[in-house]
Amino acid sequence: MLKRLPLLLLSLIAFNAHAETPEEKGLAIATESDRRDRGYGDFSVDLEMVLKNRHGDESRRKIRVATLEGKSDGDKSHTIFDEPADVKGTALLTFGHKVDDDDQWLYLPALKRVKRITSSNKSGSFMGSEFAYEDIGSQEVEKYTYKFLREEACEGQPCFVMERYPVSKYSGYTRQVVWTDKAEYRPWRIDYYDRKGSLLKTLTWKDYKRYLNKYWRADEMFMLNHQSGKSTLLRWTNYKFGNGLKDADFNQERLKRGH
Amino acid sequence: MGIDPRGLGRLTAALLCMGSAAVQAGEWSGQVGGEYRGFFETPLFPEQHDSYLSAFAQPEYRHAWNNDKQRIAFAAFGRISQYDEARTHADIRELNWQKSGSGYEWRVGIQKVFWGVTESQHLVDIINQTDLVEDPDGEDKLGQPMINLTLVRDWGTLDFFVLTGFRERTFPGREGRLRAALPVDTQPAVFESSRGRRRIDYALRWHKSLGDWEVGLAHFSGTARDPRLLPGIGGDGAPALIPHYDVIDQTSLDVQVTTGAWLWKLETIRRAGQGPTYAALTAGFEYTISGILDSGIDMGLLAEYLYDDRGATATTPFQDDVFAGVRLAFNDVSGSEALLGIIADRDSDAHIVSLEASRRFGKSTKLSLEARWFNGVPATDLLFSQRRDDYVQMELAYYF
Repeated sequence: MLKRLPLLLLSLIAFNAHAETPEEKGLAIATESDRRDRGYGDFSVDLEMVLKNRHGDESRRKIRVATLEGKSDGDKSHTIFDEPADVKGTALLTFGHKVDDDDQWLYLPALKRVKRITSSNKSGSFMGSEFAYEDIGSQEVEKYTYKFLREEACEGQPCFVMERYPVSKYSGYTRQVVWTDKAEYRPWRIDYYDRKGSLLKTLTWKDYKRYLNKYWRADEMFMLNHQSGKSTLLRWTNYKFGNGLKDADFNQERLKRGH
Repeated sequence: MGIDPRGLGRLTAALLCMGSAAVQAGEWSGQVGGEYRGFFETPLFPEQHDSYLSAFAQPEYRHAWNNDKQRIAFAAFGRISQYDEARTHADIRELNWQKSGSGYEWRVGIQKVFWGVTESQHLVDIINQTDLVEDPDGEDKLGQPMINLTLVRDWGTLDFFVLTGFRERTFPGREGRLRAALPVDTQPAVFESSRGRRRIDYALRWHKSLGDWEVGLAHFSGTARDPRLLPGIGGDGAPALIPHYDVIDQTSLDVQVTTGAWLWKLETIRRAGQGPTYAALTAGFEYTISGILDSGIDMGLLAEYLYDDRGATATTPFQDDVFAGVRLAFNDVSGSEALLGIIADRDSDAHIVSLEASRRFGKSTKLSLEARWFNGVPATDLLFSQRRDDYVQMELAYYF
């Protein structure tokens, strides 16, 4: 043990000689959070969305998602809509990219038409919910720049609090404040600030479960819009990892199956 | 009834047997609804009416097995219309078996296939016949019996089609609006091919995504989906337009380039066999402005140019026309959307204005509105007989 001491001291000196800036620390937290979620391969999951307006009127959406982890580039995902009934069979194929806009194809079952669509619409609402496309898209490290703010307790545990700034000029946000727990690097809360810099929405995670002994996924995510009083609850069920999905399972032919 | 038993062939019977054997538990879905179509002006012809009520149903059944590697699909459509006998019709839109393997897909039976990228017209889309009596926009299609093999490779997707049996275009009847001066009588239809409706047609399509580009190259060899309409004597002895179906060869290219909020689109065809060889194209763009005025509403601006090198002798009214449109997606809980468009002839004052809008009520009911105005149509235009057919249509559909 003592033999290692000089090395430890040396590294501490080196560390101090180049003190970590808040930007570097923020990036390091995001990178670590991303690293810990690497290697899952693929997963499929069912999602129910409960949309509520300020009067408490509810409406529901049901979709199914399959995701293939990207190795050198972003993830690939396939989303099928089951409810409401008039959009049943509609499907979305996404090839995520780390920095560039994602590639997206939409399948319209009534016309049997596959349409390449623009993914520059980051700030648009996903299915009328309080989630924008950029909130539910793949959260690549490169899509933001970061700044560490402080440490504080969140959900009864020590957490990092940092700001992140979207790189895309199409983003609907000027900044986001993210709470990540220090033990497992899981997100617990994000405050979204709109283009005018006002607090727009808060997203919170609930009931994390561990899959394959490593990967944390929350059962529920709740988005509250402070300005409109509307909210959207996402309920994730039936998580399945290791389905053996391949690149070949994510193409336009798969979209056309419509279920 | 719109189903030609000869056209659908033995394939259908075989599929039905196969389907009933394979199915243990599948999924029924679909829609039923009612429609009102009202015309603003008194009709041009005495047999026509001011408004039409109709009801329709579209049940669908889907089942997958063998870990989704094999599937069967069934979709039927039927409408009962007031006055217009031709619009009371039924069709099997889908009845097929699909098998997916490593790098290939087989689809055998009746199905619908869409090719193309533009919005104002669909030049390249040729596999399915248009169910024109359903809607003058030509986007409703009849089911086409076929054997289709899709190969998915690194160099692109290659589709082979053997189209077993021809479906004839539907047209409004004598009492229907939105028709030519003479009604079309489909019974004495004339075919260039000696095999008539039983001719087997072929098509091949290659498609690839290359970064921001989507490119499709196709060839079709067979009976044209769009007949020439020539004056003659109908089955009832009265003057009528008789469809003449030519055998054609059509090569097509469709391209879409997606950069940021811009979609650049091109469809072009070269067709031989229907009079002198000709070329036609649709080219334009769609630009989307997200969240206009901080409202969460997306606005798409569309413009396309429609060209046919036959000029005044073209069998389409869109030989030198410009399309401009605005699409609104409200991104609300009701899924509200609207598309307002105008197609204007560059050589005359003729223009068509169209509006399509829809929204959901509650969980499963959808209200759709459609309206069209035909303005400034000169006597030389193919749409001249529809000059008094401005209409508004309301449809209420229940989805199950």
